[in-house]
Amino acid sequence: MTQPTTQSGSGLVPTVGQTVGPFFHDALPWPGDRHLVAPGDAGAVRLAGRVLDGEGAPVPDALVELWQAGADGRPATAPGSLRRDGHTFTGFGRCATDEEGWWSFTTLPPVTPRGGAVAYVSLAVFARGLLDRLLTRAYLPGTPVDGTSGDGVLDGVAADRRATLVMAADDPGYRFDVRLQGEGETVFLCWPRDPRAGGR
Amino acid sequence: MTGTSPACSQAQIDDEIASLALDSTAGEDRDPAGLRGATRLDYAPYRSTVLRHPTKALHPADPEGLEMWSPVFSHRDVAAVESDLTIHPQGEPIGERIRVTGRVLDGDGRPVRGQLVEVWQANAGGRYIHQRDQHPAPLDPHFTGMGRCLTDEAGHYSFTTIKPGPYPWRNHLNAWRPAHIHFSLFGTEFVQRIVTQMYFPGDPLLPLDPIYQGIADRGDRDRLVASYAHDLSEPEFLMGYRWDIVLTGAHRTPAEET
Ligand SMILES: [Fe+3]
Repeated sequence: MTQPTTQSGSGLVPTVGQTVGPFFHDALPWPGDRHLVAPGDAGAVRLAGRVLDGEGAPVPDALVELWQAGADGRPATAPGSLRRDGHTFTGFGRCATDEEGWWSFTTLPPVTPRGGAVAYVSLAVFARGLLDRLLTRAYLPGTPVDGTSGDGVLDGVAADRRATLVMAADDPGYRFDVRLQGEGETVFLCWPRDPRAGGR
Repeated sequence: MTGTSPACSQAQIDDEIASLALDSTAGEDRDPAGLRGATRLDYAPYRSTVLRHPTKALHPADPEGLEMWSPVFSHRDVAAVESDLTIHPQGEPIGERIRVTGRVLDGDGRPVRGQLVEVWQANAGGRYIHQRDQHPAPLDPHFTGMGRCLTDEAGHYSFTTIKPGPYPWRNHLNAWRPAHIHFSLFGTEFVQRIVTQMYFPGDPLLPLDPIYQGIADRGDRDRLVASYAHDLSEPEFLMGYRWDIVLTGAHRTPAEET
């Protein structure tokens, strides 16, 4: 039963996801999880937002993960996210939402990833009541949403939904709300080899 | 925990689960909606999904960009003792000592090496140390129910722990979760990121559980159930379970440099 089963054509059938449930708070967060750089560092910005449900109510038991390129635009390859040394940028952070659905990271301003056209960060979202994780992107404020950004993902999204992927300027950083459902529902992404794309 | 308006019965939940099941009589051509290989997000028998699932299809992105790489972890992040949940300075936890081990593979069968695996679970009595778990079962002062490890060069992970108990939840009247261990894994690409749950063979609660049944395809469900592995059991000490995890297919080949 647990032997991986071959899926005709494209390798093994992936293990499916399940909800993170309500009891992850003692296991997944760690001290400093949300501080990719120290809050007092020169150049540090805050990237924060809320996770909201289909009625606009805050989701107090969600978890957001941030994955971000380094200042040189390359994916970070240094380990140490769980034991931060105070100067190495690992590109990865994690933040559980509070009672009002807020999450917040202290990090570097997003840069354009190498080979890309515009600056963005990648976010993963987990929650009780969300049966599988969701991935999305948050683009720098001011990124064109008229289809001319040059970013294939953003430009490929339906015109009336592109703005859900763009952060708002919010000194000293950015604001990005994740709306799981309903008015202004955030665009969530999948990639070619992911069965979540449906139909396969 | 879960605010359900009118508490409905297990029988009603069973009916909802049955009505949403893929037609099991149509053979290999069933699954018209392409649900195999995916957990449904919109699955009302699990009541908390109702306002928390996206209503729009996921947007297909091209395989390029930051998500083709993944955070890197090392022994700097994780100490070896973190894989043994039975070690506690004040004494031993109560319950059935087990070892859960297996391999983490990508969709092409390649081992995922040196990557972070995180687990959390209830104690033998079905109680989490989480402050919001008010289930009137005893806390075990010698068990926190959380662990971490890194996969080895062949993709193996291994945890020594205590078999978790089933626990009640408020999805409906008399709702009980089957015994499970929560797993969180990273692959070589952020698109492979997964959080899931491992179950135990022969658990009578599996057919009744709307979280487990939210997986449309029976084969997909079966693959979340570990196998009892007598070869892993150790005399007078512990029982062994084996469970392999397959991440979605990678888009980059491992040799590609950043
Ligand atoms: Fe649980």
